[in-house]
Amino acid sequence: MSREKFVERVLFLLALSSLSSLLLITVFIFLEGMPLIIETGLGNFLASSHWAPTKGHFGILAMIISSVLVTLGAMVLGVPLGLACALVLAEFSPPRLKMVLKPTLELLAGIPSVVYGFLGVLWLVPLIRDYLGGPGLSLLAAALILGIMILPTVISISIDALDAVPGPYRDGSIALGATQWQTVRRVVLPAASSGIITAVILAMGRAIGETMAVIMVAGNALKIPTSILDPVRTLTSNIALELGYASGRHREALFATGIVLFVIIMLLNLAATLLTRRK
Amino acid sequence: MRLDPRLSQIMAKTVLWTFTGFTLFILIFIIVNISVKGLPQITPTFLFDLPHDMGRAGGIFSTIAATAYITLLAILLASPLGVGTAIYLTEYTREGWGTRLIRFGSECLAGVPSIILGLFGFVLFVMKLGFGWSVLSGGLTLAIMILPIIIRTSEEAIKAVPREYRQVCYSLGLSQWQAITRVVLPSALPGITTGIMLSVGRSLGETAVLLFTAGASLRTPVSVFDSGRTMAVHFYILAREGLSMPNAYGTAAILMVSILAINLVAYTLMQRLIKRYS
Repeated sequence: MSREKFVERVLFLLALSSLSSLLLITVFIFLEGMPLIIETGLGNFLASSHWAPTKGHFGILAMIISSVLVTLGAMVLGVPLGLACALVLAEFSPPRLKMVLKPTLELLAGIPSVVYGFLGVLWLVPLIRDYLGGPGLSLLAAALILGIMILPTVISISIDALDAVPGPYRDGSIALGATQWQTVRRVVLPAASSGIITAVILAMGRAIGETMAVIMVAGNALKIPTSILDPVRTLTSNIALELGYASGRHREALFATGIVLFVIIMLLNLAATLLTRRK
Repeated sequence: MRLDPRLSQIMAKTVLWTFTGFTLFILIFIIVNISVKGLPQITPTFLFDLPHDMGRAGGIFSTIAATAYITLLAILLASPLGVGTAIYLTEYTREGWGTRLIRFGSECLAGVPSIILGLFGFVLFVMKLGFGWSVLSGGLTLAIMILPIIIRTSEEAIKAVPREYRQVCYSLGLSQWQAITRVVLPSALPGITTGIMLSVGRSLGETAVLLFTAGASLRTPVSVFDSGRTMAVHFYILAREGLSMPNAYGTAAILMVSILAINLVAYTLMQRLIKRYS
């Protein structure tokens, strides 16, 4: 075999590394968690909110609901804020200012999630406790912190989508006498919509998968929340809180929780990929 | 009633700028808060002393050592894989279902949440392969986490190198691999470095993965089979158990400042590369 051919083969093997890692992750998570789901029954596992792993009750409904609510709450804060930043940067700010603002806002992505959680506990949780009542550690606190944490995802992908809209679209609209805002709302936003939806979907994945910050501010109580001030335990925090000491069936149940999370996130990823491909 | 377009433009702009201002305020609040309370804690003793009494007293030297050890291992493992993948995707194949599949795999891997990676590293490396809670288990799992970052940035960097460079190489009689190693890779090096730096930044702040793969031992790891507590994990434990607020703030400040500095340098490098070739 010639040297060139050999190099190509080696590079091909290296290129399979990400795909095979993904495959390994899927296989091992399913191998560990599937037996328990089959034994308990998928229906019981998903639809019961009775989680007492040491007594053989494995129902994760309360955590699914909590995860979904926390994520939706994060979207309510993060999407308008992030989209506003993206619009300002892509459409309304002078190029010089954009050169400074864009990297600055991207710094948000570099701050570790434990730092968000820490500041959430010190500043946000007391504010909620004092002004709104409840224990402070709550669904609301987790949603607000996550809302901030997804901002970089929403901002950077939305900016890419807005920047991809051709300049002549804007010129045409302005030439017809539309104001800049009318142009943005009627021409640019619709043209960038699939990219912006991708940003929102990926942000949802981020939010639902986030663990450390949520553990620190959500309160981790095991029940279906009835108010946004109730403490909640999400799928991710349940895994992280109990993996340290779980064994046997209990550990399998945590991997089963991981399967549910993994499937949700892969579906979101798939949706995002399909959306970008269509363009 | 229809609003005057000029008035609605003013209103919309006000709202958008207010939101942007609010976002910037949050960012500045985080950075200032951590810096003001944390930076004064950072003294030579804090950096070079071992933690005492579960981290209530003493410094954080062992956690810095563990962080450096695990991050270095992850980078050493992931860089060849990531750069190799990028070379293959850009230089050796045409766009087709194969490249799409590889890219899709890499994007999905980037979306896998760290707690899932933690579960995976725990079952495969810690339990099945018997590495235990160790630098090795942590480094291997982190390597998988940062692989997509390195692939994406290296691919961008290699694509940014103009086609003409390669054509000149072939016209001089170089083989494809020679052209890549002697011309393309050196030209793309700043971009590849960016990817590696971003990966270091990401590794420094990671907690969920390492809590379940590298463990939380406060001893300075020597062998790759020793458990090691990274700075982020140490910070999490200090904050969550309320062991020592000053030490928590100090650790957070070191973490944040180093991550922000690394990201900033990486960003400037990438901008310079883009400017040079466009």
